[in-house]
Amino acid sequence: MQDKYDIVLLSHGDGGLLTHRLLEKYFLPFFKNEILESLTDAACFLVQPGRMAVTTDSFVVDPIFFPGGDLGKLAVCGTVNDLAVSGAKPSYLAASFILEEGFALSELERIIESMSLACKEADVQIITGDTKVVGRGQADKVYITTTGIGYVLPETNLAYFRIKPGDAVLVNGPLGEHGLAIMLQRESLGLENQVFSDCAPLNKIIEPLIKRFQGIKFMRDLTRGGLATTAKEIALASGMDIWFDETSLPVGKTVKGIAELLGLDPLYLANEGKFLTIVEAREAESVLSYLKNDCDAKEACIIGEIRPGRGDVCLKTALGGIRKLNMLAGAPLPRIC
Amino acid sequence: MLINRNDPEIGKRILQELTGLAEKAACELGRPPVLMEICGTHTVAISRSGIRSLLKDFLVLKSGPGCPVCVTDQSDIDRIILLSRQPGVVIATFGDMLRVPGTDSSLEQERARQAKVEIFYSPLEAVDFAEKYPGEQVVFLGIGFETTTPAIALSIRQARKQGLPNYSVFSVHKVVPPVMSVLLNDPELGVDGFILPGHVCTITGRKAFDFISADYNKPAVIAGFESVDVLEAICLLLKQIIQRQARTVNGYARLVQEEGNKKAREIMNQVFSPADVCWRGFGIVEGSGLKINQDYVDYDASLRFPVETDAVSPQSNFGCACGDVLKGKINPGDCPLFAKRCTPLWPVGPCMVSSEGACAAYYQYELS
Repeated sequence: MQDKYDIVLLSHGDGGLLTHRLLEKYFLPFFKNEILESLTDAACFLVQPGRMAVTTDSFVVDPIFFPGGDLGKLAVCGTVNDLAVSGAKPSYLAASFILEEGFALSELERIIESMSLACKEADVQIITGDTKVVGRGQADKVYITTTGIGYVLPETNLAYFRIKPGDAVLVNGPLGEHGLAIMLQRESLGLENQVFSDCAPLNKIIEPLIKRFQGIKFMRDLTRGGLATTAKEIALASGMDIWFDETSLPVGKTVKGIAELLGLDPLYLANEGKFLTIVEAREAESVLSYLKNDCDAKEACIIGEIRPGRGDVCLKTALGGIRKLNMLAGAPLPRIC
Repeated sequence: MLINRNDPEIGKRILQELTGLAEKAACELGRPPVLMEICGTHTVAISRSGIRSLLKDFLVLKSGPGCPVCVTDQSDIDRIILLSRQPGVVIATFGDMLRVPGTDSSLEQERARQAKVEIFYSPLEAVDFAEKYPGEQVVFLGIGFETTTPAIALSIRQARKQGLPNYSVFSVHKVVPPVMSVLLNDPELGVDGFILPGHVCTITGRKAFDFISADYNKPAVIAGFESVDVLEAICLLLKQIIQRQARTVNGYARLVQEEGNKKAREIMNQVFSPADVCWRGFGIVEGSGLKINQDYVDYDASLRFPVETDAVSPQSNFGCACGDVLKGKINPGDCPLFAKRCTPLWPVGPCMVSSEGACAAYYQYELS
């Protein structure tokens, strides 16, 4: 049957025929799996013995399409990565969509297809979901909430209290790409497509790391607030100081140049495919080599170390000076002059 | 040969030379030399690269009135807040202004209530916005020094060219040389030399700051914004102090010329005329502001939307010492509110919230 509508109508959310048609045409073909297709009120599945992990996140990014990704890919990767850095193997996702009346169904389809590709890459399944439609102007195109469930790997032993002086701090690649890509796209500075979001699922890198290296003590993905904010949170929670060396911090030339132009600090810009790992010193080089050679994280590097202290994050500058890193206060905004 | 102005190895070599020079200058003065950076971008660059921490045993680096948001008077901020409440008005602004506290609100708070506030990176984008939304009155906040003023003048000319009746500018622009005279006339100013703002001098030219050395016998060096630029400027100042010289030196010759950018100044002068305006912490400074002149009076938001306020200085209101910080009388850490009642999340004064503000730079980067 030819679909009469090319935009979302309020009736798409009333639970009637149009809702049914929306699911049938746009969601089920892309999210095909046995559990979802039973279309029961709750998804039922088997669990294995051990600990489980659950996380939820809402994605409201503007613009919904950006160089290197889109809202759908982000909604899968963000939740998968939250599970992965907690030492869990992500298995299932629930996805809830809030659609604005008038939103183009072709754009919704692009987003759903992108979610399906990201699910394949991360080897997870969307097994239940929901759609709601709100009136025009009551939302901005589309919002997605994803809830993820995973099994905590038996080898997982991640905790703040394990962080000790001398531990090394590693990151899996260059910083600031996602935050800058979004900002450039949003603000139409004529620099669009210069920087691509690093949006990617991290579970395929993290799982073998956790299974292989007992010296991995803590992990965190470097999303909003970037490396600086995440490091400060870890420092405060562990009661240790974190020291970074500016010359070791991976920031791509383009990101560095554009960030300087706009008065932004790449250490505070969001990432969607980067994580920080704290590793016992004697295993740091092995973890680094494994990341580079076996996980294709070619630009992974050791960026700092844990020192005794009271929750400060310090950066040794390229000149040899020292500066402090604090949590991000308010959104990063470009300067006047 | 072009050198990498951000090369840490070159920076380290200059640092070595610099510490020796600072010791000699200290012998000459009988105390550690005190230098002042005028530009907020320099303040941030110095804090971020750790230069202040590296040099703290040899010399004192003070921050001056070089952040356009920070020097905007409280009454002007309050007028902007009132403007944002006018029906049909869309405030168009650079991002820095969003969180600056007025007496009882900020643009961020007003936007959360019902005001329309749009952030732009260039005033010409705001003109495009006005064309796209003819039913809205777009008011661009003209805040900045010589660096940003030509682009805002251009936006007014463009709005006239396009015949847009719904674009105007609320001008609280300021120019730097007059406030330097106020600083230099202050008997309490204990500064031995000035690091001058490279961006501003690109427009004004070196000669516009010659009076610092000629009339006040103080050395001054125009500096770029990379770490090597700043270190070189400090070296040039220390050498002058040691040799008891006072010249206004162009240390940013790759961009700054003797006469500056005449074309940019022409555009500025077509649209703006000098005015006596109030600076936070300084009061009225003669000829230090730019008001929209008679030829372009149709684009003056202060006339199109007259708003009045009875704001008092935040110094008397909240105990905020932004004014003394801007005059280099105290360091940000000496303000009793610093990092206690005043933080980037809950700023009491603009110096803590502006990305070029001295308090924000010290809070964000300097070790306590």
